[in-house]
Amino acid sequence: MAGQWALSHVCRTMACQHWEMGDNLATFTLMNAFDPNRRPPARPLAFYGVEMGSRLLLGTALYPSPQVMSEAVRASRAGIVTVSLRREAARGKTGERFLELVKALGVHLLPNTAGCRTAKEAITTAEMARELLDTDWIKLEVIANDDTLQPDLFGLVEAASELNKRGFKVFPYTTEDLGAAERLVAAGCEVLMPWGAPIGTGLGLNNRYALRTMRAYFPDLPLVVDAGIGAPSHAAEAMEMGYDAVLLNTAVAKAGDPVRMAEAFAKALEAGRAAFESGLMEPREMAAPSTPVAGTPFFDIGPGNPSVKTGEDGSVEDRSVT
Amino acid sequence: MTVAPISREPAIDPEGIEVYVNAEPARLRPGSLADVLGQLGYGGAKVATALNGEFVPERSRATSPISPGDRIEILSARQGG
Repeated sequence: MAGQWALSHVCRTMACQHWEMGDNLATFTLMNAFDPNRRPPARPLAFYGVEMGSRLLLGTALYPSPQVMSEAVRASRAGIVTVSLRREAARGKTGERFLELVKALGVHLLPNTAGCRTAKEAITTAEMARELLDTDWIKLEVIANDDTLQPDLFGLVEAASELNKRGFKVFPYTTEDLGAAERLVAAGCEVLMPWGAPIGTGLGLNNRYALRTMRAYFPDLPLVVDAGIGAPSHAAEAMEMGYDAVLLNTAVAKAGDPVRMAEAFAKALEAGRAAFESGLMEPREMAAPSTPVAGTPFFDIGPGNPSVKTGEDGSVEDRSVT
Repeated sequence: MTVAPISREPAIDPEGIEVYVNAEPARLRPGSLADVLGQLGYGGAKVATALNGEFVPERSRATSPISPGDRIEILSARQGG
């Protein structure tokens, strides 16, 4: 997939692009230029063949109460919620009650391997999750460091390879590292979930350059920004970049009003995606008037205007502009 | 991320073998993993199990013997991000 991208990218950047400027048609050759005509694939978002009507994956942790969690999930219009596996201490009752609650939401369940430090721990947890939740989907987390909760990319690739062999559909929580991404795809992952920022920080899209690069490198692979989203504007930005979905938890659960915040995220995702599909304008360094210059009042070209000097060759210099 | 609650499993049989259930020491009558779950009150509960770090499917619990020092994990679904 990446090879195809590289070829098409070269073709794009070698091509001449035509830009209409006023009444003139000017021709430029742009190297390494963003292709403004590129549009996202028309097909709907799907994870492992399952079509998604929503671009939000929402976590179920940290809410003030189970009821608020349920209401927030509904308000967010999330299509998937994440759950974890933890030690049971109430003869199975706590887990059963929680399962009843999340199953009643009517959305897909995505169990995670949160807290796992090695590929082996993650694989065992994934097996337990598959039996318990009756799904072969797994959000694969192999954590390298307590302070950053950053993924251990070596353990991640190792676990993803084994889980894919065992028939799992892996959603790997990864970084923007393209080398690791290539290996995850080669291991059979059909979706990648790079972090926006470390889990729970709410810092947003910490490395925009790398996220943009990753999106461009895998134009047809479902990509989800997972972790670090702190505000609806962050989610909208991920959508505007062309990411397919976002996964978040704390930003909704720890909001003053989680249900209303969930609704705010739903709107931001809708707006951000619409913006991406509409084709955002190209940013530029210099100002460009949006109001037509032709017909500007109080502006004369000629000897009557002391601020305009007409040269012998007919060129005009406007001295009023400083 | 949620912090795992500290498990307080009862010591069922003072004369039994010592094992670790969710990292807590417990004395249990010897038997299979399925027997152990029954002793601990998990009979019929919706839980997933691992023995010494290896997943044990529900169908294999009755044929998985427990030995002294074994580490048994009993997990269920919880909130997660």
